[in-house]
Amino acid sequence: MQPILEISGLTKTYAGGFTALKGVDLTINKGEIFALLGPNGAGKTTLIGAVCGMVRPTSGTITAFGEDMGRHWRTLRKRVGLVPQELATDMFEPVLRSVNHSRGLFGLAPNPALVEDILKALSLWEKRGEQIRNLSGGMKRRVLIAKALAHEPELLFLDEPTAGVDVELRRDMWKQIALLRERGTTVILTTHYIEEAEEMADRVGIIRKGEILMVDEKAAMMERLGRTEALISLAQPLAEVPAGIAAFPVTLSEDGRTVVYRGGGGEGASAGTAEVAELTKALTRAGIDYTAIDIHESSLEDIFVNLLEGPDAPSSAPVQETAA
Amino acid sequence: MSLFNARSAWTIYRQELMRAFRTAMQSILAPVLTTTLYFVVFGAAIGGQMKSGVDGLNYGAFIVPGLLLLTILGESVSNASFGIYMPRFTGAIYELLSAPVGVAETLVGFVGAAATKSLILAAIILATASFFVDYSIAHPVYAFFFVLLVSASFSLFGFILGIWADSFEKLTIVPLLILTPLTFLGGTFYSIDMLPEPWRQVAMANPVVYLVNGLRWTFYGSSDVPIALSLGLTLLFLVLCVGFITWIFKSGWRLRT
Repeated sequence: MQPILEISGLTKTYAGGFTALKGVDLTINKGEIFALLGPNGAGKTTLIGAVCGMVRPTSGTITAFGEDMGRHWRTLRKRVGLVPQELATDMFEPVLRSVNHSRGLFGLAPNPALVEDILKALSLWEKRGEQIRNLSGGMKRRVLIAKALAHEPELLFLDEPTAGVDVELRRDMWKQIALLRERGTTVILTTHYIEEAEEMADRVGIIRKGEILMVDEKAAMMERLGRTEALISLAQPLAEVPAGIAAFPVTLSEDGRTVVYRGGGGEGASAGTAEVAELTKALTRAGIDYTAIDIHESSLEDIFVNLLEGPDAPSSAPVQETAA
Repeated sequence: MSLFNARSAWTIYRQELMRAFRTAMQSILAPVLTTTLYFVVFGAAIGGQMKSGVDGLNYGAFIVPGLLLLTILGESVSNASFGIYMPRFTGAIYELLSAPVGVAETLVGFVGAAATKSLILAAIILATASFFVDYSIAHPVYAFFFVLLVSASFSLFGFILGIWADSFEKLTIVPLLILTPLTFLGGTFYSIDMLPEPWRQVAMANPVVYLVNGLRWTFYGSSDVPIALSLGLTLLFLVLCVGFITWIFKSGWRLRT
């Protein structure tokens, strides 16, 4: 894949001494949707700000479209768009004029047909004459997306794009983002909604305390770090784990009525389910009757939480990257 | 690579002018009304009682350049400072900072619009003044360029103020506590020659004296200080402001974190 953005050794230390980014290395490929996950204060917005010009990096390099962002900012910024986290714009402006303004600000001639297309795609065309302040929160966020798209960016940053919007609007916005990818736009999004990354992203990066903990293809990450959990309800309670199933990664619930299996990590989801099948056979061989099996795979959220909060949280784990 | 994007500059300029017209009651009608009251009270009412006039001029006519300058200074600073402060306050500044826009486009846009508004106001105020006092303009071309120069200089100053301020209080404190007193004490309503020593010498340290007298010269051909000095100091102020703003953009001071 062709890299569209290459960040190397990016560090940002604020005047007060707080280091928000600690030597971040990150490569974004052309045409992909990349989700950057991390808790509040992890450095997601600082990272976006450094690329888009709001934050002055302390050290490191940012290369976009093969050119140094610091030296060629005039030409490169024309190709980058940003939807900020906050609903920040002149709320007294009508929608259409605000979007046209954004296009002009990036030095482009008016293009009424394109702007009409963008507004229609975001269901804003009917609201084009309305002052932005009169729109709902979700519609305001759409306006910010329309403004970011007005100069036809090839690389689009979406900082928490669906924060504060209802489920229906969120799903609608996911469709819009998928459409952008179809048109060839590279999308980098930060989000608190793990479901969002799980739904849309090709690759996922996890950032904590200014460090990238992991970057990988979403599917590979789930395969590698995902686990299978199975709860097997027993017909009769047990006092301890029987010898016949002791070789499996199982525990017994406190009341002795449930065998809990947690396994398959690092071997893919299919390995976990296959092992659960073997476990049930072993239970049968041992003469242990069961009444129900509840089995599920880790979500991206489980992986995210384990990475950030688990006992083996890789505070200094090496970055693992798989070429997309 | 182009060093100036005219379309970006025009976009900012047009947006800022539209903002002024959107708030016409505050940005145009209010200063016109205030200045009109000055003309009525000082020019027509009090000036009518001053038969001897000042510097050989009818008092109402004498105060026209000073009142014009009072409005231009205040409005230039206020418009430019508010223009850049509001997007900083709301967070909308992200769009400007992430756009391929440099110091030149930003200045032409924000400062140009603020200066244009001041010129429009100046024209309206002069037209309004003609209803209350008889005045003439001896050097109309010089007068236009002097007003333009002062508008641009103080719009630049306002722009710096808008970047420096981190609260609405700070935004208004400089115009209210520094500019307005300096303008009132800068010979708007009287000739510096009317002051006894040492107050006359003290008054000469007030930079607004040179502005008021510069504009007064373009109206009536005479003033308390040489026109060249007035022009020179105003130009120096403009250059200093441009230099400081260029540094702001290079360093990112109060703009980029």
